Amino acid sequence: MTFTVQQFQALLPLVITCATSVLVMLSIAWRRHHAFNTLVCMLGLNAALVSVYFAAQVGPQAVTPLFIVDGYSLFFTGLILAAGLASVTLINTYIDSFKYNREEMYLLMTIATAGGIVMASAHHFASLFIGLELLSVSLFGLVGYSFHRPRALEAAIKYLVLSATASAVLLFGIALIYSQFGSLAFSEIGPQLHEDARPIVLIGLAMLLIGLAFKLSLAPFHLWTPDVYEGAPAPVGAFLATAAKVAVFAVTVRFLLLEAIGALQIPAIFHTLAAIAIASILVGNLLALRQNNIKRILGYSSIAHFGYLLVLLLTGGPVFGVEGFAAYLTIYVVTSLSSFGVVTLMSKCGQDRDADQLHDLRGLFWRRPYLATLMTVSLLSLGGIPLTAGFIGKFYVIVAAMTFQSSWGWAMLAAIVAGSAVGIYFYLRVMVNLYLAKPGMHKFEAQLGWGQHTSGLMVLCASALVVYIGVYPETLMQLVQIAKAAGVQ
Amino acid sequence: MILTWLILIPFIGGLLSWQTERIGSRAPRWIALLSMLGLFGLALKLWLQHDYSLTGVGSGQSKWVEEFQVDWIPHFGISFHLGLDGLSMLMILLSAFLGVMAVICSWTEVTKKVGFFHLNLLWILGAVVGVFLALDLFLFFFFWEMMLIPMYFLVALWGHSAPGGLGRVQAATKFFIYTQSSGLLMLLAIVGLVIVNYSASGVISFDYAVLLETKLAPGMEWVLMLGFFIAFAVKFPIVPFHGWLPDTHTQAPTAGSVDLAGILLKTAAYGMMRFAIPLFPNASVELAPIAMWLGVVGIIYGALVAYAQTDIKRLIAYTSISHMGFVLIGIYSFNAIALQGVVVQMIAHGISAAGLFIMSGQLYERLHTREMSQMGGFYARMRVLPPVAMFFAAASLGLPGLGNFVGEFLILLGTFKVSLPITLFATSGLVLGAAYSLIMVQRTLHGAPQDATPIRDLGWRELGMMLTLMAILVWLGLYPQPILDTSAAVMAGVQQAVAQAAHLSAGLPIAH
Repeated sequence: MTFTVQQFQALLPLVITCATSVLVMLSIAWRRHHAFNTLVCMLGLNAALVSVYFAAQVGPQAVTPLFIVDGYSLFFTGLILAAGLASVTLINTYIDSFKYNREEMYLLMTIATAGGIVMASAHHFASLFIGLELLSVSLFGLVGYSFHRPRALEAAIKYLVLSATASAVLLFGIALIYSQFGSLAFSEIGPQLHEDARPIVLIGLAMLLIGLAFKLSLAPFHLWTPDVYEGAPAPVGAFLATAAKVAVFAVTVRFLLLEAIGALQIPAIFHTLAAIAIASILVGNLLALRQNNIKRILGYSSIAHFGYLLVLLLTGGPVFGVEGFAAYLTIYVVTSLSSFGVVTLMSKCGQDRDADQLHDLRGLFWRRPYLATLMTVSLLSLGGIPLTAGFIGKFYVIVAAMTFQSSWGWAMLAAIVAGSAVGIYFYLRVMVNLYLAKPGMHKFEAQLGWGQHTSGLMVLCASALVVYIGVYPETLMQLVQIAKAAGVQ
Repeated sequence: MILTWLILIPFIGGLLSWQTERIGSRAPRWIALLSMLGLFGLALKLWLQHDYSLTGVGSGQSKWVEEFQVDWIPHFGISFHLGLDGLSMLMILLSAFLGVMAVICSWTEVTKKVGFFHLNLLWILGAVVGVFLALDLFLFFFFWEMMLIPMYFLVALWGHSAPGGLGRVQAATKFFIYTQSSGLLMLLAIVGLVIVNYSASGVISFDYAVLLETKLAPGMEWVLMLGFFIAFAVKFPIVPFHGWLPDTHTQAPTAGSVDLAGILLKTAAYGMMRFAIPLFPNASVELAPIAMWLGVVGIIYGALVAYAQTDIKRLIAYTSISHMGFVLIGIYSFNAIALQGVVVQMIAHGISAAGLFIMSGQLYERLHTREMSQMGGFYARMRVLPPVAMFFAAASLGLPGLGNFVGEFLILLGTFKVSLPITLFATSGLVLGAAYSLIMVQRTLHGAPQDATPIRDLGWRELGMMLTLMAILVWLGLYPQPILDTSAAVMAGVQQAVAQAAHLSAGLPIAH
């Protein structure tokens, strides 16, 4: 088949990201110069982000059977690139004190980002799987990157074993579906799913969803999340919570809401997913209650948040669901970047652990008032308190679930109310630590001029966005129309 | 635009006092005081300038003295819509006045992190003013939740950890979870109402005037009304939902208690009269007997538990439950006289509770305890404070000539026509009120002094503050007419909305 200029233009973000990873690799081979390698990586990712605009100019394009580049995929491509870029920014200052090779981190980061973009535009099970593996395999390396810390190794092994198992299950599911329909393209499988729900197809679909639910850390497939979040270096945690999750969720929603909406009408699938959503909300919020490690708390919090997102997916339908989902994910990305960002700014890769214990944050407000304010804002946003972006996300979920009006809808609403009430308790517990009297000694301290570093600026911008979206959400609501417009076509 | 300034002044003032802390600890105090005085002055100007006899919450014909509307989130039909009528005017006056008091009473009490303290104090005020002005349900909810965060900080950071009680952080968390999760129910009800309205009219709107016209099925109306009612019941607090109040009050700094009892509790009563009843008149009529009996339970329970307290601040906190019971009865009697009484009672209770809390704060500053067993014989040890304390205790028990009497009397008078048994039981609150007020007076002021050394008496700042509060209570008690005139039209509107519903449900023609 021929490759037109339009198709190439539509694929620009992916091409530039892949090219960046090659360039970063070459520049490392040429010379290990931390600043220069960072520069290459940042320039490449920025160029990819800019190219999203040009890709949008050519309209929806199907590029080979594998990819489709439309508003939906471009919105999430942009989000993944922004999240990847933010994580790279965080890495830059964080990894300075690392004694071993620092540069490969950027390489892994760009590969993972490319994997995410592949998934965001995937229109075919083959591209879904390629994207997922590109992302996961580079994440194994990233999670265990600070290998001088025992926790990091533990996390990496855990993630490797469990993630590989999940991929295998997912692959088996795909194979079962293929065995019945003889096709891997979403658009060919989608319409047949509802009419033809044979047991084999159901099993295949279930295995596919299990694999995806594992990557999204939905209960009961969440067991790896807190450990991996705790062990991974803080900026990798940021990437894991944002770009990685966005990519997997984007492809899940593309399959379930836009292509194979019939799948959700199969009662067994719908009931199971609803139960998973409720379980995730409750498990995530309840298990976070007794944690003393912020990264673990953020891990549990992400379980709960993806439970809320699943509610949105199940109740929102293809129009409102996609809009709300895009808004919620954007909000979650911005909030997570700002909360992980603060932890990163406090920590150094060279130390034997990150500043992730609650007592490390104690009294932060009296030492670094602005940094503590940023953390407060992101915690309130995670808790869904008005004035912050998190509330707008919660508002979308509630509107969707209220409109749904069925017994599952009410059950999910009840879970949301209960989950939020519990959630506030542990977010407040972290938050008040920032303001309590400072202890005499503290092991971790953000640099005095943290606000002048790019990473500091990035966190500052993320928090500013959290407040801006919380106060004036209209901008975001207009922006997500890009994703939605493609969804309805 | 002037309404926006009412909200902006506290927010800007708060930011300024936070930032001026680096100049010195006096600067934030003065800035906070000036912005509160500015807010009060602006409110006073609005009050004197306009005629409030024409306004009303009635169906469709609501007239606002001042109105302000700009688009905020047009995607969901949400606008930044503010409106001022007699009821909100009085509530804002009360809030601004107590805001001034709260700044003054923490002048020497709060010594650490002064700037941040005033930031929180002023932001509570700003959010409360927003609650009183909002005419868009989303905006209302927004402000409703916004006041929780600074209140949380106020209790968690500047509170006292009373021995035996919960720590201040736990108390603040308890407050936050109670109010936030009940607020979430209100959000669900708001969204539900909007969806019902949307499916009927095809227009998404959170605007008060639009939603007033929504036709609701009876079952739906009940469910949605309960969402609002529970949120307000927690803040009120109505008795089974009151668990947070004593703890929060005990641990809160004086200014926090003043804001909490004087203003925050009133937002719940305001919300009932502004939103819960006009939006769901039929369900409210059906709920009324239950609500009034809950009020009776609150009056008696609050009074009895107050009587048994040994911590003076806890005692005052429980009296709030008792006094707010009267407000609840008055609101759900749907009687014009009782509703007028509710307004007076809210203002009088705000002032008298503020006076009592400030007094207990002054005692705490001097004695470093709030246990009444450690007090006693103050008549022998101080000259000015005992009579002042006596005055506020008398106001709290409803002595004729002071504001609380007018409020309680009007409420009982209005309720009498509606339900005799409820009035009878509620009247016992006056007797029990005398009991708890007098036991407080007896344990603190009378008896043998703990030791003979005199205690530092009230300074000019403290005395001036107390005298102002006393003067207002006397004024309310002797000449409440200006207040009644201001709120009359709004209250008539509330009553009318309910009367129509009651007539319709009884199948009777609407009386005009």
